[in-house]
Amino acid sequence: MSVDELKTLARGLRVDIVRMIEAAGSGHPGGSLSVVDILAALYTRVLRHRPEEPGWPERDRFLLSKGHACPALYAVLAHCGYFPKEKLSTLRRLDSPLQGHPDRLRLPGVEASTGSLGLGLSIGIGMALAAKLDKKGFHTWCVLGDGEMQEGQVWEAAMAAPQLKLGNLSMIADLNGGQIDGPVAEVMDLEPLSDKLKAFRWDVRVIDGHDFKQILDALEWAAAAKDRPAAILAKTVKGKGVSFMEGVIDWHGKAPNKDEADRAVREIESA
Amino acid sequence: MPKATRQAFGEALAELAASRPQVVVLDADLSKSTMTSLFGKKFPERRFQFGIAEANMIGAAAGLALCGKVPVVSSFACFLVGRLETIRVCAAYNRTNVKLVGTHAGLGIGDDGASQMGLEDLGALRSLPNLSILQPADELETRQMTEWMLDHDGPVYLRLTRQKTADVHGPDYRFKLGAADTVYEPPPGAPLQATLFASGGTVGEAVKAARALMDRGFRARAVNCGSLVPFDEEAVVRAAQDSARLVTLEDHHVNGGLGSAVCEAAARRACAVPVLRLGATEFGESGTAEELYEKRGLSWSHAAEACLRNLA
Ligand SMILES: Cc1ncc(C[n+]2csc(CCOP(=O)(O)OP(=O)(O)O)c2C)c(N)n1
Repeated sequence: MSVDELKTLARGLRVDIVRMIEAAGSGHPGGSLSVVDILAALYTRVLRHRPEEPGWPERDRFLLSKGHACPALYAVLAHCGYFPKEKLSTLRRLDSPLQGHPDRLRLPGVEASTGSLGLGLSIGIGMALAAKLDKKGFHTWCVLGDGEMQEGQVWEAAMAAPQLKLGNLSMIADLNGGQIDGPVAEVMDLEPLSDKLKAFRWDVRVIDGHDFKQILDALEWAAAAKDRPAAILAKTVKGKGVSFMEGVIDWHGKAPNKDEADRAVREIESA
Repeated sequence: MPKATRQAFGEALAELAASRPQVVVLDADLSKSTMTSLFGKKFPERRFQFGIAEANMIGAAAGLALCGKVPVVSSFACFLVGRLETIRVCAAYNRTNVKLVGTHAGLGIGDDGASQMGLEDLGALRSLPNLSILQPADELETRQMTEWMLDHDGPVYLRLTRQKTADVHGPDYRFKLGAADTVYEPPPGAPLQATLFASGGTVGEAVKAARALMDRGFRARAVNCGSLVPFDEEAVVRAAQDSARLVTLEDHHVNGGLGSAVCEAAARRACAVPVLRLGATEFGESGTAEELYEKRGLSWSHAAEACLRNLA
């Protein structure tokens, strides 16, 4: 898939995200729209996976540690063919496989149930260790939110991964700068994040998380890591693609009504 | 007027803190959900933001308490109890004056699903010595419990709902630690079909169930157990004497919470009475609160049915 095709795909995924959350009447648009370009590139260009065989043992593993952004994951999984797109409108409904936070026991393609922040990177360490034990070539990718990185366990994992020489594990931090109580810099600043991770012995690359060329370069770079884990710090915009959501804290966890969703979709489609 | 107990708590806290300068509030990026934002707006200098880092927040609260402050920490119930070791040592074992407020308890939060639903907090926390555990049913009780909590010297866990709950108490109600209170009593007459024990978000359902049973000629009492630790053992003994069965109704796993507390009391006091425990037996899931109460057998109609079920 070319960069232009990725751009077209991402527009469609953004529409899916807005419509799903509108239909559900609740959910997290901000952090879904900020991470969706990364997921689109990862799933269509980098991840080795078989949607028709979600349990394929050699598959690369993907963990959405910031589980509340699952509308982005669901949209991408549907695009890849894990389940029919019509299911997207059942988000958060009773008995839907598309739970409010990803549930691995209900939706094939979800590697780990998440929703409590701060746990994904540790799970990723376990997967990367298992790959080494079994001499398998799969790579484990973990997406974290910047607010999420305030959790202590993230830093326990950040300490462990280089010590365990897990070049087969990569973290992608979705640095959209917002959380719930306010901007990350005001709530509990992470900076200098790049220096922190380097001090923890990660290889670090900072990119624009909405520039497909930079995303693809960084993903290839991380996938080729040998003995040190790679961290991609993706600068993103919370609510990206919908002007009235961009950078607005309130859109972290609020559903658009019909009018707002229509406006958002028009904007995304004409972008 | 129906009001979420988290809302009533946030309002009461902001009010009561005016005359209690030692009260401080610690947040973990959920102040708009736990409603401590109301305090934060009024007393910004007494409010500390810890970010999404609950363990550190609880540990820091212990330090503040050891220096004479009355720290109130809040998050979703599931995220607080996720830091059990910190609570165990920093709050309970040290017996620090830390006030833990867990909101969004149970299936009643609806759409967000399993990972956000505290359904095991009581089970985990009830096994910690020194910790008092309260769960208010309505606005009035929430205000009174909040005041009691702030003035009590010792660690407290207050369990609150995201969703609105109906008033079950009249204006004369006075919360008393360790006391259950009857929120629906059938008119005097024959022995009771059942006594329904409920706590927090399910008390309204229990009252509805008892009323609906009365309409059909069956007599059941509804009891509110706001004080979970200490627990009103006498209320269980009394109910066992005049009711054919006890039914517990809680938005929590049936193991470890109210249902367990009632069974423990009945066993300790050798009450020969059947106890039916209604509550969660699995992890939660997405859906509306009403749908989930219906599916998991927590609605008033399920409670009423349990009072009539053939136990043979
Ligand atoms: C352990 C834990 N604490 C609190 C929450 C509630 N919560 C859900 S999303 C969120 C903010 C997340 O911010 P960030 O990681 O930056 O995500 P994004 O901005 O990308 O949506 C919080 C506090 C949670 N899910 N887990």
